[in-house]
Amino acid sequence: MSASTHVVRLRALIAAHKRWDRVFAVVGLLALMTGVLTFVALFVDMAIDGAARVSLEFFTSFPSRRPAQAGVLSAWVGSVLVMIVTAATAVPLGVAAGVYLEEYAPRNWMTDLIEINVTNLAGVPSIIYGLLALGLFVYQFGLGQSILTAGLTLALLILPVVIVATRESIRAIPGMIREGAYALGATKWQTTADHILPYATPGIMTGVIIGMARAIGETAPIITIGALTFIAFLPPAPVTAEPPFISFEWLWSPFTVLPIQMFNWTSRPEAAFHENAAAAGLVLVVMTLAMNAVAIYLRYRMRKTIKW
Amino acid sequence: MVSIASVREPASRAVTEPARKAEARGLSFYYGGFQALKNVTMPLFEKKVTALIGPSGCGKSTFLRCFNRMHDLYPGNRYEGEILLHPDAANLLAPEVDPIEVRMRISMVFQKPNPFPKSIYENVAYGLRVRGAGRRSVLDDKVEEALRNAALWDEVKDRLHGLAFNLSGGQQQRLCIARALATEPEILLFDEPTSALDPIATASIERLIDELKSRVTILVVTHNMQQAARVSDYTAYMYLGELIEFGVTDTIFIKPRHKQTEDYITGRFG
Repeated sequence: MSASTHVVRLRALIAAHKRWDRVFAVVGLLALMTGVLTFVALFVDMAIDGAARVSLEFFTSFPSRRPAQAGVLSAWVGSVLVMIVTAATAVPLGVAAGVYLEEYAPRNWMTDLIEINVTNLAGVPSIIYGLLALGLFVYQFGLGQSILTAGLTLALLILPVVIVATRESIRAIPGMIREGAYALGATKWQTTADHILPYATPGIMTGVIIGMARAIGETAPIITIGALTFIAFLPPAPVTAEPPFISFEWLWSPFTVLPIQMFNWTSRPEAAFHENAAAAGLVLVVMTLAMNAVAIYLRYRMRKTIKW
Repeated sequence: MVSIASVREPASRAVTEPARKAEARGLSFYYGGFQALKNVTMPLFEKKVTALIGPSGCGKSTFLRCFNRMHDLYPGNRYEGEILLHPDAANLLAPEVDPIEVRMRISMVFQKPNPFPKSIYENVAYGLRVRGAGRRSVLDDKVEEALRNAALWDEVKDRLHGLAFNLSGGQQQRLCIARALATEPEILLFDEPTSALDPIATASIERLIDELKSRVTILVVTHNMQQAARVSDYTAYMYLGELIEFGVTDTIFIKPRHKQTEDYITGRFG
């Protein structure tokens, strides 16, 4: 009899403990949903407002005074071109810096200081980069309010992300692999170029894409350097009919990007423009999600083909 | 305290002692402030297998890794004394000697198989590529030869371009041996090459070591006393960074000169 009262007491205790299990399950789910539902609500709201406007013409038309005819042609072309400049600048600089810090830099206080500062750079508000770019690129270097300036500015913005991603993926490579290469008489550069970089590439790509996804939505620094908010022409084509067939004129062209086009439309009083803004927002979010999907896919591939 | 009488006594040894491929002389090694090797003097005989035994932390792996200057990869490490590589008696540890040159002449096989995440072919070819070999026909021949010497050719000849990770543990280790052999090293270092393998794979690696000594000088660190007895011609017993005893394997195992060696070998200690 005493044994069974003991068991009864135990069961009550367990039941009491389990209550906290359930409480946390609910609290945790709510915490998770705060983020997820907010995003879903925003996305759905934007889709309801803007989905009707997303059509082929929306992508092939310039902005216009008449909301029904306005499109995002100059904006998405501008976004794509700016992203090209950003990637072409941030990837080589960031990867080289990351490799240097991880493989070459001596371990001393100078390196520590640089490392801390690189990490801190990731937390600097983006408008500060815009101010820097306005002073440095636009006025000092005379690059103007061009695609080149915007691309370089965003490249600076995501540089810390690329450096950190490079270092993380290099650090994930076991020391055994490095020693294996060195034991065959490889130099530091041979080891880095033949092994470290190839094996770190999927991780670096993931970091680069996440950085790009951040850059494509940036508005503040682009406005600061003076992007136009209404633009009804395209930059010069990068491919020409006459030799040398490739032209870099577009780098110097004035431009606009998707978030600025959106910003422009939301500040108009007419409701029809707000629909356009929602549609542009939809395009931007889908582009960002697509980039993140590529990053996730790459990470998945990496785990499948390279295991230690 | 360091007994190496068996190799230093000139009178009788001069006749029976084989040619020396390398020798450590007064070798001390420091990890920062910690002295891991204390004044070790020991020969490595040409085309013989020398085993290093001793309890964990005795410095045998540290000693082995001095031979291809692996310690140079990490800051704060310091060598004292010398390792002479014969026939020219060049000191491998001299600061003016490039560690990369040393590693090109002295190969190493690690405790855990560490193939690169590439094809079987590329793993074996890498040492040759590092040396600038690019001609397909040359590479093909050398890769095949190395894989044959590592007793792996028959198992992998139909999937040379498959990933090395799909091989079993024992096959991966033989692949690492093939990778080390492809460049025709003068000395092959083994750092506990079978401690991550099952008994059957271990037997195949031991057989391989036995076959390889006809072409290369071998130094092997092992935790397994039976393995040392089976594969080696000479054995060195180390303890706390010191070389306690060095001699012909049979002598060390049957009639060790030091009580400490005997205790370790018979399992009373360590």
